[in-house]
Amino acid sequence: MKSAVIVFPGSNREHDMLYALEQVTGHTPIAVWHQETSLPDVDLIVLPGGFSFGDYLRTGAIAGLSPIMKAVTEKADMGVRVLGVCNGFQILTETGLLPGILLRNAHLKFVCKEVKLEVASNVTDFTKVYDKGQVIRCPVAHHDGNYFADDATLAELEDNNRIAFRYTPDTNPNGSIRNIAGILNERGNVLGMMPHPENLIEPAQGGTDGRGIFASLLEALS
Amino acid sequence: MKARIKITLKNGVLDPQGKAIGHALHQLGFDRLGEVRQGKFIELDIAETDPAKARSAVEEMCERVLANTVIENYDIELDGA
Repeated sequence: MKSAVIVFPGSNREHDMLYALEQVTGHTPIAVWHQETSLPDVDLIVLPGGFSFGDYLRTGAIAGLSPIMKAVTEKADMGVRVLGVCNGFQILTETGLLPGILLRNAHLKFVCKEVKLEVASNVTDFTKVYDKGQVIRCPVAHHDGNYFADDATLAELEDNNRIAFRYTPDTNPNGSIRNIAGILNERGNVLGMMPHPENLIEPAQGGTDGRGIFASLLEALS
Repeated sequence: MKARIKITLKNGVLDPQGKAIGHALHQLGFDRLGEVRQGKFIELDIAETDPAKARSAVEEMCERVLANTVIENYDIELDGA
C-alpha cells in the first residue's frame, strides 16, 4: 500500500503519521509539500494534524486553497482513499470534500487527552478490522473539534452509515453534535476524524487501538 | 475602492466565544446584558471604480474563502456606494 502525507506550513503531526504508515504498511510513505501541483501514484493520501497557516481566518481554510488540494480533490473524485486527521479533517470540511464544519470547542479550551471512541460503522475501508460498536481508546489534541452540521446533513450521515466514530457520551471532549468524532464522504473513500489514531499504534505508545485504521486500509487496498 | 465585510455566525450556530465574552461582561457588572454574538470584520482595497463590479468580486471572495456559508453570513459595505 503506497501512501502520501501532505505537509503544510504549520503541520506538526506529519512525522507521527509517516511513522505509523511505515510501521503498519511496511512501505515508506512520501511526504508532499503543499505547493506541489501533482501527486505520485498512491493508494492513500493523508492530511495530517497541526495548525496549518496558524489557523488564520478559520482552521483549515487557507490550507484548503493550497495548490496541492486541487490534486487531492481530483484523486478523491477518482476514488483514491483520503484520510484527514485533526487539522486534516478541518481542511477536508473547508474544501467541501466532507460536509459540516469543526467549530471552537464548546468549553473554549484546547483539549489534549485520551478519549473513548465507539466504532459506529465497520463497513468502511477505514474501520473494517474493528467490530461495530467496539469501543477503542484514542488521543485527541485540538482547539476546534466541535463538529457541527445542519439537521439534513446529520440525517444523511446517520442514514448512510457515514459516521465512522463517535465519542462515548462521557468522553465527548469538545461538544460535537451527536458525539461525532469522524465522518465519511458519500462514496466512502474519504474519512475525516479529530482523534489521532497514528499516536496509538504500538505498545511503546501505550496501546495499539489506533492501529486498526491503518490495518483496515492495508486489508482493503491489498 | 474600499470594502468592509462583516462576517457573523448564523442564527442557531453555537457561539462559545460570544458566550465567554458575555460572561466576562456580566462579571464586570453589566447585568442588563442579553445575548452576545461575536464575528469578524475585514477591510480590503479593491482596484475597481464600478460599485457593481466591486460588489460582485467581493461577494465571490466571501463565498470562496472569507466566510464559510455553512455557519456564517456576510454583509458587504462599499465606500461611496
